Amino acid sequence: MEFELSPEQREIQTLTRELAEAEIVPNAAAWDREHRFPHELIEKLAELGLMGVCLPEDLGGAGADFLSYILVLEELSRADAGIGVTVAVHTSAAALPILKFGSDEQREELIPPLARGEHLGAFALTESSSGSDAASLQTRAELEGDGWRLTGRKQWITNSAHAGTILVFARSEPGISCFLVDRDWEGVTVTGEHRKLGLHSSSTTDLVLDGVPVPAERLLGEEGKGFRIAMATLDGGRIGIAAQAVGIAQAAFETARAYALERRQFGRPIADFGAIQAKLADMATEIDAARLLVYRAAWLRDRGEPHGEAGAKAKLFASAVARRTSGEAIQVLGGYGYTKEFPAERFYRDAKVTEIYEGTSEVQRLVIARSVLGLAERAVPTPA
Amino acid sequence: MLAPVKVAVCMKEVPAAAAPKRIDPGTKRLDRSVEGALNDFDTHALEEALRLKDSAAETEVVVVSMAPERASESLRKALAMGADRVVLVSDEAAAGSDLVATTAVLAAALERESPDLTLFGQQAGDADGAVLWAAIADRLRLPMISQAASLELQDGKVRSKRQTEFGYDVLEAPLPCVVAVSDAINDPRYPSLKGIMGAKKKPQDVVSLADLGVEPGRAGEAGSRTAVLALAEPPSRGDSRRIEDDGGSAATEILSYLTERKLL
Repeated sequence: MEFELSPEQREIQTLTRELAEAEIVPNAAAWDREHRFPHELIEKLAELGLMGVCLPEDLGGAGADFLSYILVLEELSRADAGIGVTVAVHTSAAALPILKFGSDEQREELIPPLARGEHLGAFALTESSSGSDAASLQTRAELEGDGWRLTGRKQWITNSAHAGTILVFARSEPGISCFLVDRDWEGVTVTGEHRKLGLHSSSTTDLVLDGVPVPAERLLGEEGKGFRIAMATLDGGRIGIAAQAVGIAQAAFETARAYALERRQFGRPIADFGAIQAKLADMATEIDAARLLVYRAAWLRDRGEPHGEAGAKAKLFASAVARRTSGEAIQVLGGYGYTKEFPAERFYRDAKVTEIYEGTSEVQRLVIARSVLGLAERAVPTPA
Repeated sequence: MLAPVKVAVCMKEVPAAAAPKRIDPGTKRLDRSVEGALNDFDTHALEEALRLKDSAAETEVVVVSMAPERASESLRKALAMGADRVVLVSDEAAAGSDLVATTAVLAAALERESPDLTLFGQQAGDADGAVLWAAIADRLRLPMISQAASLELQDGKVRSKRQTEFGYDVLEAPLPCVVAVSDAINDPRYPSLKGIMGAKKKPQDVVSLADLGVEPGRAGEAGSRTAVLALAEPPSRGDSRRIEDDGGSAATEILSYLTERKLL
């Protein structure tokens, strides 16, 4: 057993924490209030290499391991979970699948600008009628000449408004295929910024594909094998969302702890009262457990071992911990916690989605159950 | 582009901001077994050196430090930020060095490097001496500028604005020289991820007193001219009064307290 981070992992964690405290924490409340996507911060992250943490050096990345990337997401999310999801989708849902499933040409063309953060990556799977049942998606890919033509509407696509490269999943005969679409191609339109409960500093829009011509060389992986790409991407992606949840929980805990030590009632700090102590003890214990699950899943992935079940457990647990901890943080702050004068209510709003996106908690349980029961990892997608 | 120069930056490891600070009552020395970090003041000196390197690529930036070997972990941050290499003087016999002994060792290390420009931060965040650079310059018989709020290299000279209580002195000194920068001179950069990943490939030379030709008697406690005789807690601040707020009453109370004492 070895619980120590490597010197590099620790330095990357420290760098991200220092950057987050100086550049994100002082602005997070305003970005939240104004629903503002902070371009200038993303540029700063890019400059430091934080948009390509675990991408290879020869493709413009920093060449660090996946656990380092997870530490970055945790620290960013501790300051502002909206920044966390922007970086998470960009890295693990766009750049990493291109790295894993792409041809040499696709990797060399598309990864360097993503790794350098020149533009963002996005992942377009969800549609209005296909969420957890992703395989029932309706977007069509029709063969035309050497390539395809994409038609359909994708929903809740993080980063698509600011993206350069978007992974689009569409139904082609004989199954689902994945296409690498440039945001500025003809027929690609980003519509309607969604108003969300939380994550206001991240951008979530719909994506309309109106007969978008896609050249043959922009098919990712094999034709008809796109669903596997989507599922494999989510396997790694959910470790990132679990890290985001740990970051939110940690921030909520720190807010509650600081307040409990300072706030006096009945002539003493409320941290002296057993009821508050019990809450803080439970929060600290649960966050520790969640963090260990997340780091283990990342560690397995770095070792090239199967991590589907470990990642699902990490996300299932960490997202619930984020929701509970942020809720209890409001409780510790009492009436102040319910106001926008303190960040506790933001953490609470930001936490909820970690139980929903990159696979709902119900889907995580399904993944875990199938794994522990030795059933097929997931059902074969049925044509809609 | 400017002509390349060799810049030495003297940096110290101090206890990290979050680490507990404790003085060992036996040795009367600061407990340095806690987590360490680069002295913040020194990162301003490093940043200034890196800016010279940014404008003249061949400029070499060498970090010079004296500390136990474990400080190399903190010093790696200097390499991650962009320094070329580290010279760490590490020797059991240097433990407990006072100002006189420390400057004897660091001056020897600097003499061996013979840089064009030697930079310091204004003070160390643990001992807050703010005098080491003057003693080093004296030992090396070099001109020295302190509290530098700006720094330019021109025709073999350093031009600098020295921050004073009432304004700035504009000073010039020929190279080689020693400059102690103020913490207002710049905002130190963050190390980039590539910098962090590349830092372990950069050289960190650990040298002993013997390597520098410093007699053991000139370093450590043996070489020190001062000794700590006693340590005491700062006096308590006397009577304090706590004002609890009750629906905005605190502001009125503070106001009347200050008015009574004619402080407003």
